[in-house]
Amino acid sequence: MPRAGTGTGGINMLLDISRGALRYSPIAILLIVWELLGATGLISRQMLPGLGEIFGELVAAVVSGDLLYNCARSLMRAGSGLLCAVVVGIVAGLLMASFRPLRLLINPIVQIFYPMPKSALIPVVMIWLGLGDASKILLIFLGCLLPVVVGTYNGARGINPFMIWSARSLGASKLEVIHEIVLPGAMPEILNGVRTALAFSFILMVSSEFLIATDGVGYMISSLGDGGIYPAMFAVIFFVAGIGFLADRIYAAFARRQLAWREA
Amino acid sequence: MTTVAMAADARHEAADRARTGIHIDNVTHSYGARASGRGVVALNRICLDIADGEFHALLGPSGCGKSTLLYLIGGFLPIQEGAIVTTNGPVTQPGPDRAIVFQNFALFPWKTVKQNVLYGLRKQGLKGEDAEERARDYINLVHLSGFEDAYPSQLSGGMQQRAAIARTLAVDPKTLLMDEPFGALDAQTRRVMQEELRAIWGRSRKTVVFVTHDVQEAVFLADRISIMSSRPGRIEHVIDVSLPRDRGEDTLEDREFIHLSEQIWRLVREQAVAATRGR
Repeated sequence: MPRAGTGTGGINMLLDISRGALRYSPIAILLIVWELLGATGLISRQMLPGLGEIFGELVAAVVSGDLLYNCARSLMRAGSGLLCAVVVGIVAGLLMASFRPLRLLINPIVQIFYPMPKSALIPVVMIWLGLGDASKILLIFLGCLLPVVVGTYNGARGINPFMIWSARSLGASKLEVIHEIVLPGAMPEILNGVRTALAFSFILMVSSEFLIATDGVGYMISSLGDGGIYPAMFAVIFFVAGIGFLADRIYAAFARRQLAWREA
Repeated sequence: MTTVAMAADARHEAADRARTGIHIDNVTHSYGARASGRGVVALNRICLDIADGEFHALLGPSGCGKSTLLYLIGGFLPIQEGAIVTTNGPVTQPGPDRAIVFQNFALFPWKTVKQNVLYGLRKQGLKGEDAEERARDYINLVHLSGFEDAYPSQLSGGMQQRAAIARTLAVDPKTLLMDEPFGALDAQTRRVMQEELRAIWGRSRKTVVFVTHDVQEAVFLADRISIMSSRPGRIEHVIDVSLPRDRGEDTLEDREFIHLSEQIWRLVREQAVAATRGR
């Protein structure tokens, strides 16, 4: 018989898993509808392949290493662009919030470019940087930059000014205040901005690879689609959706840990 | 003579007198577009000397500029006209010789109580076990032992204010600036905090400048009270509080305390009535 401690731990874990399963049960309904639509012939199997067939293609693509290689290429691009955007975006947002001239200079630029669909820049970055990785990384960087800048700026501007005065009267210099008080104080909004940027990085990663790439998951999807190999195409789409979901959940858990002080 | 030269002159004069304490010399402060004449004059030619070790209350209706005066002493707002000189020279920016406690506590919410107190100590160059020990001492002093690792969001308003006071006292400021520090607390907690503050002050002999609109609070805590009027903010009366140095619950029933409170209440009401009539 297991000891009491491990016993309750196991039960708690089972409870967690079943709670999670319950939360995502609507996805199961969606998949059932998918199967029914194909089985009853309402939508042709050509357009909506059976889930079994798709799963088989998924396994084959993983085993052959094809999918993982292309996925790694894609994630490298998305990750590089996102990382640059986070670093540059946080620094720019903090500087904008702290120095009025910079705010006056950057704010209108941000306002004009914020609502612009960044995928419209795909031809532009292609002209500038060609067909290699650099053009896609630049595109993802540009797309992810503004959510981070705006999040950081709003977070930094929203800080209780008495907190800044307190730090100054305790002996902090103006520069120390920016990274010791303004940065952590703005963290909730920064983390929100980065979460939006994370979603943008996936969207831009796939859409840029549709148009200008010789590898990556976006390239796989478009070339399999062009070749009419739909079950394999859906397999890649499902895989990308899964990776995107996983990335968001991992990020959300990370953000929750960073903000543990708020939930107390 | 230009304004700049006058300000410089005023600084020199004040500096000559400033061996100890805080000297406020002809300070005028406006908010908004001053140049176009549409600004609001918050303080008009304020002169006040606060002695070393004195507990001084700035008392007045809201809008009289008492907090503005405190922020000027703290160095948080630029001094537009006149000068403020402390033992450390003319005030030009914030410094740990004039640490402040705000009404809304202004604790760093991502730091625990101990980390909040340590922040100021680290800024003073204290490190390792020395800093930890001093933080423990001040957390003890405000009766927060056992809550060292709690985040501000886990504490009641009274406890948050104790933590803020510990953080400020820990850097051992020459002057303690307090901006309606007990204004957000319930009546019972406020009473307890007032007694504790008075006791802490009695032991530490710091100079305290305490902003409040509560007459009883001012009389209970202070050695001297500046009664301010609004629009533009001016000091109308400076009153000596001739109560014994040791004050506690009994003080509130003391005849002198009641008499003084009533007298000051009448003076404050005059200012408040005048303000509502927009004289």
